[in-house]
Amino acid sequence: MATVALKTVRKVYAGGMEAVKGIDLTVPDGALCVLVGPSGCGKSTLLRMIAGLEEISSGTIEIDGRVVNALEPAERDIAMVFQNYALYPHMSVYDNMAYGLRNRGTPKPEIERKVREAARMLELGSLLDRRPRQLSGGQRQRVAMGRAIVRDPKVFLFDEPLSNLDAKLRGQMRVEIRKLQRDLGVTSIYVTHDQLEAMTLADVLVVMNSGRIEQVGAPLDVYEEPATTFVASFIGAPPMNLLTPDHLSAVGAVLEGLLPADAVTVGIRPEDLGTVEAKSAEAGSAGLITFDVTIDVLEPVGAESYLYARVQDASVVVRLPGRAAVPETGKLKVAAPVDKLHFFDTHGKRVDPVPVAARRLG
Amino acid sequence: MTSRVIFPHKVLPYLLLVPQIAITLVFFYWPASQALRQSTLREDPFGLVTTFVGLGNFRQVLSDPDYIGSVQTTIIFSAATALIPMAIALVLAVMADKVIKGRGFYRTLMIWPYAVAPAIAGMLWLFLFNPTIGTFAYMLRRAGYDWDPLLNGNQAMLMIIMAAAWKQISYNFLFFVAGLQAIPKSLLEAAAVDGAREVKRFWTIVFPLLAPTSFFLLVVNTVYAFFDTFGIIHAVTSGGPGKATETLVYKVYNDGFVNLMLGSSAAQSVILMGIVIALTAIQFRYVERKVHYA
Ligand SMILES: Nc1ncnc2c1ncn2[C@@H]1O[C@H](COP(=O)(O)OP(=O)(O)OP(=O)(O)O)[C@@H](O)[C@H]1O
Ligand SMILES: [Mg+2]
Repeated sequence: MATVALKTVRKVYAGGMEAVKGIDLTVPDGALCVLVGPSGCGKSTLLRMIAGLEEISSGTIEIDGRVVNALEPAERDIAMVFQNYALYPHMSVYDNMAYGLRNRGTPKPEIERKVREAARMLELGSLLDRRPRQLSGGQRQRVAMGRAIVRDPKVFLFDEPLSNLDAKLRGQMRVEIRKLQRDLGVTSIYVTHDQLEAMTLADVLVVMNSGRIEQVGAPLDVYEEPATTFVASFIGAPPMNLLTPDHLSAVGAVLEGLLPADAVTVGIRPEDLGTVEAKSAEAGSAGLITFDVTIDVLEPVGAESYLYARVQDASVVVRLPGRAAVPETGKLKVAAPVDKLHFFDTHGKRVDPVPVAARRLG
Repeated sequence: MTSRVIFPHKVLPYLLLVPQIAITLVFFYWPASQALRQSTLREDPFGLVTTFVGLGNFRQVLSDPDYIGSVQTTIIFSAATALIPMAIALVLAVMADKVIKGRGFYRTLMIWPYAVAPAIAGMLWLFLFNPTIGTFAYMLRRAGYDWDPLLNGNQAMLMIIMAAAWKQISYNFLFFVAGLQAIPKSLLEAAAVDGAREVKRFWTIVFPLLAPTSFFLLVVNTVYAFFDTFGIIHAVTSGGPGKATETLVYKVYNDGFVNLMLGSSAAQSVILMGIVIALTAIQFRYVERKVHYA
């Protein structure tokens, strides 16, 4: 068990591509930290630098208080689960899991005990003699997990370990990984570009964008108070609606007294939008803004319905509970509680809303 | 689905096959059948009387100490010619895999020897190691080594092995480079994280995963050592000194075309034919069903 601390870590690939642009991050002991961001933002690069598979251009990485910059992967006491699992095709499941222990000179009976124990935890007991190619995707994934677990490392690293599984299995494994990580209490860093995976797994959520950290925080804090428009549109599905005050005013929203001085963008989560009746009950004393949207499509998905609509040239998504009783075309008056609005300045940074006491005074 | 050309004609396909079949018949089946026939006959020194001796020629060949000696020579020569290029090519391929700058250039250079004809390759080595004019021979003698492949059978053997192996390195190299590239990088990274250093990674991951390639090359090299090295032996040692470098194939030629013992030579070539068939069978059996991982 260990904390992982990154200090102004940068990575410049040969050829001048700066993939990671100065990252500071501390992952507390035993926490599961999820790095999330769009493709190419440098998540894998960062993870591979922690693993020692990629040289660190500048900055330091500490594991358990020890700077590991110059250490080989073997000396860092980490275990990694790869996206394609990277199981050794010529070894049995047992040997795959035992490989790391053998390399460290663990005595044979102890290897046997640890592998059997991990196999039991992952329900791989009956598969120990098989070769990886004789396993299903989900089973391979478990073996990859098992290989990491038996080593009892200081840190687990995961690089999109579930992205090759189908949706249902992914959901199952996600829960399992969460449970395992809690039980073992091993500090973990988990890379994904799936925001749902990120939200559900993370103790610490790190949102990255083009080599930088956009925001660090507990998943729900990040969700409720996105620090930038990038985070706002990346976390949450469907993403937050981002509109300009002009758009809103043009369709009848009254923003006087609500708009902070620097705000040029107003963000509203799809679930914070709704019919006027529904939202006025929710908003209570905070009040509502209301405006008209032009309906494009209504998508019922069962428990809820997504209404895709437009406000002038901007698109808006409204998340309605259950079977939505709204027309399929034409205009609809929607409302959002005032205290659920998010504001961002010209740089996309979050701006605090106007305090309640100061509202409507001009 | 691949679309196939359909010939409306019934005869045309056969007509198109005729040249190929004719060539095979004239240059393969006919001589092969002649060899089979010849191997059961014995001719007097003047070529006037031919008698049928059944398996007599075979009995004679197999009990001939010279033939047994030639079998030994062939085994030594073939084993060395098959294994040495594999070992050298593997080392070079592993190193080439690490080269980043000028990778293509390096690889191209490595492939050139393959384009050299066997006899020419033999001549090159002959010149280099010729006791009177050879550069390397001169250096060896200066170093105090008694180098004379014209008299010393072991040195002659060494020379043809070097010439034969040198030519085969390129081919082996190509396959090992391809084999190395086919190993997913993430496997080596996983092994590195699993605590294996470079040497350990090579022996526990890379080497086992190259096994199919190695086996394929072993078969190909053996076939090469048996049947494609005649030019080298002929140019460099002509089987000598004594019979020190007389392989089975060379002995067929020597006994048949130089010593004119047609029956014995034919019997030897029939034995060789059996070996070719066996090797080809192995080759097809294993090469056709290449081992696929993951
Ligand atoms: N070996 C390399 N050489 C040069 N550039 C690289 C190399 N590896 C990655 N990059 C670049 O660095 C950037 C970050 O890559 P990285 O693999 O870390 O992205 P990622 O966030 O993991 O994306 P994904 O979600 O698609 O896996 C990309 O722009 C990529 O093109
Ligand atoms: Mg990646």
